[in-house]
Amino acid sequence: MNVIIVFLQKAITQGIPLLFGASGEILTEKSGNLNLGVPGMMYMGGVGGLIGAFLYENNAANPVPFVGMMIALACALLCAGLGALVYSVLTITLRANQNVTGLALTTFGMGFGNFFGGSLSKLAGGVGQLSTQVTASAFRAKLPVLSEIPVVGELLFSYGWLTYFALLMTFILSWFMFRTRIGLNLRSIGESAATADAAGINVTRYKYLSTIVGGMMAGLGGLYFVMEYTGGTWVNNGFGDRGWLAVALVIFARWRPLNAIWGSFLFGGLYILYLYLPLSRDMQEVFKALPYLVTIVVLVITSLRKKREDQPPAALGLPYFRESRG
Amino acid sequence: MSAVKEPLFHVVKRDNSSFLRGMLVRLAAIVLGLIVCAVIIVLLTGMNPLNVYAALWDGAVGTSRRMWITLRDSAILLCIGFAVMPAFRMRFWNTGAEGQVLVGSLATAAVMIYGVNLPPWLLYTLCPLAGIAAGILWGIVPAFFKAHWNTNETLFTLMLNYIATQLVAYCIIFWEKPKGSNSVGLINMKGKIGWLPKVWNNDYILPIIIVVVMAVVLFIYMRYTKQGYEVSVVGESENTAHYAGINVRKVIIRTMAICGGIAGVAGYLLTAGVGHTISTGLAGGRGFTAIVVAWLGKLNPFAMMLVAFFLVFMQKGSIEIASQFNLNENASEILTGVLLFFILGCEFFINYRLEFRKAEKEEAIKA
Repeated sequence: MNVIIVFLQKAITQGIPLLFGASGEILTEKSGNLNLGVPGMMYMGGVGGLIGAFLYENNAANPVPFVGMMIALACALLCAGLGALVYSVLTITLRANQNVTGLALTTFGMGFGNFFGGSLSKLAGGVGQLSTQVTASAFRAKLPVLSEIPVVGELLFSYGWLTYFALLMTFILSWFMFRTRIGLNLRSIGESAATADAAGINVTRYKYLSTIVGGMMAGLGGLYFVMEYTGGTWVNNGFGDRGWLAVALVIFARWRPLNAIWGSFLFGGLYILYLYLPLSRDMQEVFKALPYLVTIVVLVITSLRKKREDQPPAALGLPYFRESRG
Repeated sequence: MSAVKEPLFHVVKRDNSSFLRGMLVRLAAIVLGLIVCAVIIVLLTGMNPLNVYAALWDGAVGTSRRMWITLRDSAILLCIGFAVMPAFRMRFWNTGAEGQVLVGSLATAAVMIYGVNLPPWLLYTLCPLAGIAAGILWGIVPAFFKAHWNTNETLFTLMLNYIATQLVAYCIIFWEKPKGSNSVGLINMKGKIGWLPKVWNNDYILPIIIVVVMAVVLFIYMRYTKQGYEVSVVGESENTAHYAGINVRKVIIRTMAICGGIAGVAGYLLTAGVGHTISTGLAGGRGFTAIVVAWLGKLNPFAMMLVAFFLVFMQKGSIEIASQFNLNENASEILTGVLLFFILGCEFFINYRLEFRKAEKEEAIKA
């Protein structure tokens, strides 16, 4: 029983960064932009928050957890947003190829994260491992009374606030995309930008906003990992391939935010399942491929069934230039 | 007079963009990128940027050994670039070169390990064949689904990368030496069985020759054969291809088989010619860099050579900068990333020009 609760807890903890990344990417992809820079932006968000918290804790006499948290949050949003902005300028305004630009952003972002994460304390003249425990404590604070309840409290209330924020954000995203006029406009751009343009929708503005906000959301996934999961420190490449897993989750969720919620918990569970089964070392490696295998199966099944509401946005990955119709 | 506010400028496609002009714009973008990189380096280290670029040069081509390694690694990157280029010609976004290379390496390593007692001629034939076959298999699976059910190939091939990675991790535990080390070590170190031989007493030159020959063959195939032409037609428009009687499914699967096979060769070269081992990080993200190579090289094998060399040059150089100035080696990825952004962005100014409002009014008056 205890093992099951710990497993579920860990699955949720692993799932939250994926949920942030996938929600952000769903918003981006609904505007027709396939941003393969998600892993990079997640690294940038994580390290951005870390830099902010580190500078604050090093320079303040008595760092206050709450202030550190707000600074880390702002820096994470800024860094990841900047990454998404570079992508947007290149693909939307300068019409560069989306796949290539996204991959370049991933290269840049991962380098950016590992570089600053790995050498920040040295650059600042310190020694040893970088640590921002004070700020991390604010991210890790649990709900006081509720988290003490056995089983229910452990399962539902034993997480930092970013976990609940991820869920809230995803619900709002779903409502926004499917229940508001602006969301409808956004989705129409992803299906056919020329049609949306003809209907008087400002395609460029929508694409910019959704890509940048989507990038910021992905960046929060990195921040969550750095602050709540690892407790305010950096391990080079510690975030691993979770960024790609977030991209996979978008497909798995068939571009619906609410599916991404349970999908993220499922992926999180699959990601760590090998630790909880009596497996030999070689079989563990096979089990680590499960999330990707499941994604391929979903991808194939969706394309076989050809249900219209399950398909990717029709104009996904295609550039839109008003001048070159046709 | 119209009451609608005229935008400050609008974008017009250039119909006669000259080769020289294009090259100048690209050169300007690279120079601008290098300046931005210099600013970043100076801000981080306070060093004289000229010293930094001297270190860059030194790291990439400073000694004859470094020069050869840079050339050989460019050749390998170029080879992986060839593994995505034909697919890109038909607008099939093969993001799976990383995995296709890995399974190629894996198959090569398997033959080297289990075939150690085979007669040499057989081993040296089987190794590349196994690599190519594995690459083909990894390439045609997503192609088959794309051809028949239009399954999104970008995401399918991307996912296959990680399945390949785990497959390699699984096999490493099978072959690891010593037990528990999670590493295979140098395969067949005694006798160097199955290793790519030296040519003219030079360890580095054979992969380079193989890839250059491949470039010529691929150029001829894409430009002068019927199959190469079919790839271009499918890329232009699948409907046109249908009307012209081209079997689109066949072209997609065949072309991806070629791509996977080329990636398999790259995997073979990496295991038999470079690392003499197998590890999950063997491809090292080159499958993704190769996409950049193919795209920036305009899918032309010879232009891709230049891009591949430039990227490897920058990488090797940045690693040297990082070690000389005591920076973390990931600095090289930041610098490469910045340069890529500039190069990607400059294409716009080659293909389009801006017409400003004022200029247009004057034209209107003239007319």
